[in-house]
Amino acid sequence: MTPALEISGLTKIFPVRSAFGRLIGEVRAVDDVSLQVAPGTVYGLAGESGSGKSTIARMIMGLTAPDLGDIRLNGQSILGGADRSAVQMVWQNPGASLNPRRTVGQSIRVALDAHGKDRARIPDLLEMVQLPTAFADRYPHELSGGQKQRVAIARALAVEPRLLVLDEPTSALDVSVQARVIELLQDLGRRLGLTYLFISHDLSLMRNFAGTVGVLYRGRIVETGPTARVFENPRHDYTRLLLASVPVISAEEEAMRPQVLLINGELPTAEDLLALRDKQRSQA
Amino acid sequence: MSLLSVENLRVSFTTYGRRTEVLRGVSLSIPEGAQRALVGESGSGKSVTMKAIMGLLPMPPARIEGGRILFEGRDLLTLPERDRIALRGTAMSMVFQDPMSSLNPVWTVGDQLRTILKYADRRLGRDRSSRGRQARVLEVLAQVRMREPERVAASFPIMLSGGMRQRVLIAMALLSQPRLLIADEPGTALDVITQAQILKLLQDLVTEQKLALLMITHNLGVVRQTASYTYLMNQGRIVEEGETQSLFEAPREQYTRDLIAAVPRLTGGAR
Repeated sequence: MTPALEISGLTKIFPVRSAFGRLIGEVRAVDDVSLQVAPGTVYGLAGESGSGKSTIARMIMGLTAPDLGDIRLNGQSILGGADRSAVQMVWQNPGASLNPRRTVGQSIRVALDAHGKDRARIPDLLEMVQLPTAFADRYPHELSGGQKQRVAIARALAVEPRLLVLDEPTSALDVSVQARVIELLQDLGRRLGLTYLFISHDLSLMRNFAGTVGVLYRGRIVETGPTARVFENPRHDYTRLLLASVPVISAEEEAMRPQVLLINGELPTAEDLLALRDKQRSQA
Repeated sequence: MSLLSVENLRVSFTTYGRRTEVLRGVSLSIPEGAQRALVGESGSGKSVTMKAIMGLLPMPPARIEGGRILFEGRDLLTLPERDRIALRGTAMSMVFQDPMSSLNPVWTVGDQLRTILKYADRRLGRDRSSRGRQARVLEVLAQVRMREPERVAASFPIMLSGGMRQRVLIAMALLSQPRLLIADEPGTALDVITQAQILKLLQDLVTEQKLALLMITHNLGVVRQTASYTYLMNQGRIVEEGETQSLFEAPREQYTRDLIAAVPRLTGGAR
């Protein structure tokens, strides 16, 4: 079956300049990333800040041009000005992604108009995200964080996308609100046959939402596989350290976290760990 | 006797002429050297409780409607402002959440720590030479496991990583050997690996220095890792309290059960 999303050899290099504008180096924000997402599934991209996960999202959305590599939606390359309406994005902070001076209805209408869709769909879209249709006349500041994120989801769904890129969609929300938004996303995914690229640093959430996971470190996918396998039997040192660092709430979870060696009585950093591994390799 | 005890604290806020009660009788206590957590979702009142303890509530709009806050047996709410200031940052100190907004960007870390120490010494009537202050600053930087204390002291905040800045804030709180440390969501702004290091550091420090710790957070995982006893807040009240382990494994209140059920598990499955 053709993957809903296929990324191959994706690379983005940003120049590093001195305070006076002189080029002093480069940073490979995304370094030869390849992944495939089957239709109707959830692919989780896990990584810390600076790992390159948001740069990948921006390249899929056409907001940043890749230096190398290809991005295909349902087999069609979307680089070079192709129609991207089949992919939409839900951002991390709904307070910032919704225009404060537009009502909820107006915000959704802008998306509908831009793609020549019927404005009459606004009530249906609100119903889809389980909001009262009367919310069309409200302003973002009148809504709670969870309600705002539902509006952002409705707006993303307005143009009938096949793929949604979710960039930390619940990290600004309280845990009880997060649970309901995730349930909504799961429900919509099943009903509409949506494919999700779910970007998050929250590994516990990733475990419960994504069927496949890719762990990003410094622009590279260091480990990928079915989420259950990666979490129960992590192979890469970085994945192990990441899992060992998650604050958990039960003894069962604690038992499954990998053990990490302390360095001088302290938890190692990713750099410590990888330096140690390189040293062991060169000695072997 | 408890080091800190809050008894039936009630606080209201008045905005646009409307009075809202935000703390409706909060009671909690922290024995000497004990680790306690105050946990709740946004709007539950945990930060207002913390600010009331530290004396940082803006009054007005805030108003203490009733209750007592006893620190070493003295009621902070009736203490003259002078005495209260003398306690703050000395006997009780605070670690804030966002290191960048708690540090002055145009002063070196060493300058900031030395200045804070100077004022703390003055309040406590202690005499310390400038060389003595520098020695103490390097000592606390080493206590928070900075590998090169001299270099950190000479750095501006922007030159340090997020994790190191958070360590500087902890060092700042430790400067005048407090007996109670109040930590407000420490490490929440950081990556999970760095957060784990900061939490481990806090745990090690409270044991080494026999500090009492009040951890204020919304993250139940952080609670489990840092506090043996937990107070859970919702809508201005403590809805449930108890040993952290039993609170998580056998919650009595429906609110607690729902909250714990909403937390995604690393083992998957649940929910």
